[in-house]
Amino acid sequence: MKCQKKKYRRRGDRRSTMSAEVPEAASAEEQKEMEDKVTSPEKAEEAKLKARYPHLGQKPGGSDFLRKRLQKGQKYFDSGDYNMAKAKMKNKQLPAAAPDKTEVTGDYIPTPQDLPQRKPSLVASKLAG
Amino acid sequence: MAADIISTVEFNHTGELLATGDKGGRVVIFQREQESKNQVHRRGEYNVYSTFQSHEPEFDYLKSLEIEEKINKIRWLPQQNAAYFLLSTNDKTVKLWKVSERDKRPEGYNLKDEEGRLRDPATITTLRVPVLRPMDLMVEATPRRVFANAHTYHINSISVNSDYETYMSADDLRINLWNFEITNQSFNIVDIKPANMEELTEVITAAEFHPHHCNTFVYSSSKGTIRLCDMRASALCDRHTKFFEEPEDPSNRSFFSEIISSISDVKFSHSGRYIMTRDYLTVKVWDLNMENRPIETYQVHDYLRSKLCSLYENDCIFDKFECVWNGSDSVIMTGSYNNFFRMFDRNTKRDVTLEASRENSKPRAILKPRKVCVGGKRRKDEISVDSLDFSKKILHTAWHPSENIIAVAATNNLYIFQDKVN
Repeated sequence: MKCQKKKYRRRGDRRSTMSAEVPEAASAEEQKEMEDKVTSPEKAEEAKLKARYPHLGQKPGGSDFLRKRLQKGQKYFDSGDYNMAKAKMKNKQLPAAAPDKTEVTGDYIPTPQDLPQRKPSLVASKLAG
Repeated sequence: MAADIISTVEFNHTGELLATGDKGGRVVIFQREQESKNQVHRRGEYNVYSTFQSHEPEFDYLKSLEIEEKINKIRWLPQQNAAYFLLSTNDKTVKLWKVSERDKRPEGYNLKDEEGRLRDPATITTLRVPVLRPMDLMVEATPRRVFANAHTYHINSISVNSDYETYMSADDLRINLWNFEITNQSFNIVDIKPANMEELTEVITAAEFHPHHCNTFVYSSSKGTIRLCDMRASALCDRHTKFFEEPEDPSNRSFFSEIISSISDVKFSHSGRYIMTRDYLTVKVWDLNMENRPIETYQVHDYLRSKLCSLYENDCIFDKFECVWNGSDSVIMTGSYNNFFRMFDRNTKRDVTLEASRENSKPRAILKPRKVCVGGKRRKDEISVDSLDFSKKILHTAWHPSENIIAVAATNNLYIFQDKVN
């Protein structure tokens, strides 16, 4: 998608210049898009995606994207808390499992059995860049 | 249960055994019934032979990360004695398992009684020789080797070498060569990690040894390329011997181009002359002697091209489908969505879409071909693209090495289909 650079003229002229420019530019873009839709469903889908996520980076294969892929699905835990909780478990019951299994936070110390199934989703990171 | 989701399926070299691995780290091995004289008309069916817990969830304390127990791949070793051996791997650790049968038990010990309790030696007045008596068949699985701590990134492939002495394990950026006898060392044979991670442009997606040449292997990348390497050329195979890439028309390039070109699986043909690759929308067959383009391209589900936006949003565009050859390399098979799987006959150029579902799974029911309708009028038996269930994906399939028997994993169900005997 080309970035339209508008030249700023003197204030008096600007309004008339812009209104003359914009319709022409729009129809050229529209024409190209329509051509693309006819020739390539992929390009139509790309346009749809960019319309929904305007901040999406140009290259999906960039290093940021791949590095997130390398870390995909990793779940962090605190080994200190985990070991203390394991020690305590011998003496008394842990607090009841959080009903919402998608997040293990706060006072509840996770154990391996409680870690939720991970959804390998890049949705958040895709939108971020 | 999520732990039951099947994550890998593999026949052994004779097809007598079929192993599955699941998300919960378990391996289930099925064995084909011996055909008996009484039931000549019935083909051998597969029954559970052994089940064991291969991997457990682990924690990497240094990085404060959980290591999933999901079995990514199982590969059988060729049988060399009465026991069966297989390799199973999760993201970080490969294990060699021995599966053996025990059908006799020693009885008549001198120092132990029948329950196993030690006898007081003072009470023993005679000596006897223990004898082996038949017992109910017991199948035991024991871990014989554990190959750990060699992979920083997630292991995606393992492959047994034709020398039967070594095997390789591949993660996103590195491939290691192991000797089956040595667990505390491995050779790094491919390393594509850039010095500066900001320069990372592609990752390794799959790797496999040549079926006959023990010095040759291939690995595929997220950019849709395949590299063939010869271990005789140098110790570190960073420079390929052959580089397979199909040229792309730059005017066709879109945001999705690279993602859908990422190869999710690469398999040598049994003959060793061809390789097959699976990317998001197609299966391609390459001749090892021609690097500049595949010799055959098959459309798996091209109708998804106009759905790429939503498939990107729901992450399905990153699904990793596998592909398999039949025993004679004449037919190739791969999975799709809605529990559909596709077969392509390379000779007749005909293809078929079949479904692995409960309705079709009555024993000896014949599978009916399915059809996806793209637009316009939908015929009675067809299913429209918008009705496809993208949560029902067939990622893992296997084909018996010599017969027309296929195993298809549909989420947490395993389907085994056999050719009708006439």
